Amino acid sequence: MTEFLQQLLNGLSLGAIYALIALGYTMVYGVLRFINFAHSDVFMVGAFVGYFVGQHLPHSTVWGSLVILATAMLACALLGMLIERLAYRRLRGAPTLNVLITAIGVSLLLESTGQAVFGAEPRTFPGVFPVKNLTLGPLVISSSQLLVIGVAAALLVALQFIVFRTRIGTAMRAVSLNPKAAQLVGINNDRVISFTFALGSALAGAGGVLYALNYPSIDPLMGVMPGLKAFVAAILGGIGNIPGAALGGLILGTVETFVSGSQFSTYKDAIAFGVLILILLFRPAGLLGKFTVEKV
Amino acid sequence: MPRAHLALIAALLAAVAVSIFSDKIDPYFLDVLTSIGINIILAVSLNLVNGHTGQFSLGHAGFMSIGAYLSGCVTVFLGPKLFGDAGGTALTQNVLFFFALLAGGLSAALAGLVVGIPSLRLKGDYLALVTLGFGEIIRVVFQNIDAVGGALGFIGLPPYTNFAWTYGAVALTVFVVVCLVNSTYGRGFLATHDDEIASEAIGLNTTRYKITAFVVAAFFAGIAGGLYGHYKLSIDPRGFDFMRSIEIVVMVILGGMGNTVGVILAAILLTLLPEGLRSAADLTGLQQLRSLSEYRMLIYSFLLIVLMLARPQGLFNFRFGKARV
Repeated sequence: MTEFLQQLLNGLSLGAIYALIALGYTMVYGVLRFINFAHSDVFMVGAFVGYFVGQHLPHSTVWGSLVILATAMLACALLGMLIERLAYRRLRGAPTLNVLITAIGVSLLLESTGQAVFGAEPRTFPGVFPVKNLTLGPLVISSSQLLVIGVAAALLVALQFIVFRTRIGTAMRAVSLNPKAAQLVGINNDRVISFTFALGSALAGAGGVLYALNYPSIDPLMGVMPGLKAFVAAILGGIGNIPGAALGGLILGTVETFVSGSQFSTYKDAIAFGVLILILLFRPAGLLGKFTVEKV
Repeated sequence: MPRAHLALIAALLAAVAVSIFSDKIDPYFLDVLTSIGINIILAVSLNLVNGHTGQFSLGHAGFMSIGAYLSGCVTVFLGPKLFGDAGGTALTQNVLFFFALLAGGLSAALAGLVVGIPSLRLKGDYLALVTLGFGEIIRVVFQNIDAVGGALGFIGLPPYTNFAWTYGAVALTVFVVVCLVNSTYGRGFLATHDDEIASEAIGLNTTRYKITAFVVAAFFAGIAGGLYGHYKLSIDPRGFDFMRSIEIVVMVILGGMGNTVGVILAAILLTLLPEGLRSAADLTGLQQLRSLSEYRMLIYSFLLIVLMLARPQGLFNFRFGKARV
């Protein structure tokens, strides 16, 4: 039982990170109907921004952690907007395959630039965040796990507020529902899409820092696997559906943690893939998604 | 006999003829030629999926690795049992190699079927991700099988790949892909590429076309893998990663998706590029050129973006006006 709770906690903290990344995929898919492959590398850039800022900050302070999170989120938001402006905006209305290829190109460009600039060797993330181990009966709870879950929850609430309670959030939902009609009622689609990229990338940046906090070895290819899994999480929850992405992330993180704790631990990376195949076979719209018929 | 069949037979004979004199060819040159041939097979077969059918597979290297391992198993484990340690005479060696390649191709095709059925029912985006995931998983699986060397790689493959086998396979791949696409059945691939909804409306089973294209492509990737394994004589599971798949994808896109001649040219160009940079570095003494080939990925990714923005029909697609994109 103790072990179960311990694993559940580990799983939830991993799942919270997947959820943060999955949100970016799902939001961009919502407004543009394409998979932003470069998202997983924005996540990596977030971790590296945290790494470089963290070197100039005192260790184990609360304000230092906040500064790291804020700068990583800001930098990633800018990067996301830049990517959208330079690469994707010119392709509005182009065949989906071209957009997909561009997205893969951007992803590879970020990865190989990362390798050229930072080197391929892993680096150790500085211990800026205060770490304490709390013991709750037989359970050992590391403060970084709580922090990950807490920050992720706070960001989710903030996101929910932005999407459902603000003007720009309403505009986002309008563009997602019907881009042409949104334009007709006076919404500037480009601005909304740019904002969506900024929001999603900021969440990925936060995810990058939080991930590096729990797994403190970072390298330019660190985003590939978490990105792939987060995408599976987004599909699991129903792509385009914001609560679905959060739910999918938590489920996937938990399942993965339980598998890596079992005798099949070497196949933990295969789990996400298996889950993906199962959803595609049995419920392609995802757990919370609605099945829609494509019209001409 | 149709012209295409004559061309195939001529190409096969030419491959065998050149192969007889292959010991007169400079070994380095022969090496490069073999690499080019393998890359042509990979690029032309991937073009069937990514170009003609308009889907997007990112796991071609994964199918290649299945072919490499399976055909390696046949020649390494089965060969000595049937024909003794040396593999018997030249004839039995070649027969064995034929069946090894066939086994590699068929197993890759089977894997393609398993991966393709769930993902091809949906849009191209999903296929890209599933194949990407598949490529990574298959590597993990091979790294965990100790009988084929595990993470250290599969060593001790016999040197069966020669000019005749490589270019015979190239000719066969080009022949099958071109004839398939130009056949009545093959129009279905193009229709699926052009407009999936419209094709379904006129009664085409687009899923079946997509799966057929995918399985055929996987088959040839498996054969290319078998040739690669028996040319390098060892298989490193890490050699079939995502970057290898991307290299093949770049060949297809650079050549122009759905344009076989362009894709062949692109495969030749991209295989020669690192070699050319290396020898240029040696000739001129400019070591920067050598490091340029290390940044291959940077150049490829940049090329992908620029091509999609400026010339989505590919570099070597010279059909103006009605470009198939």
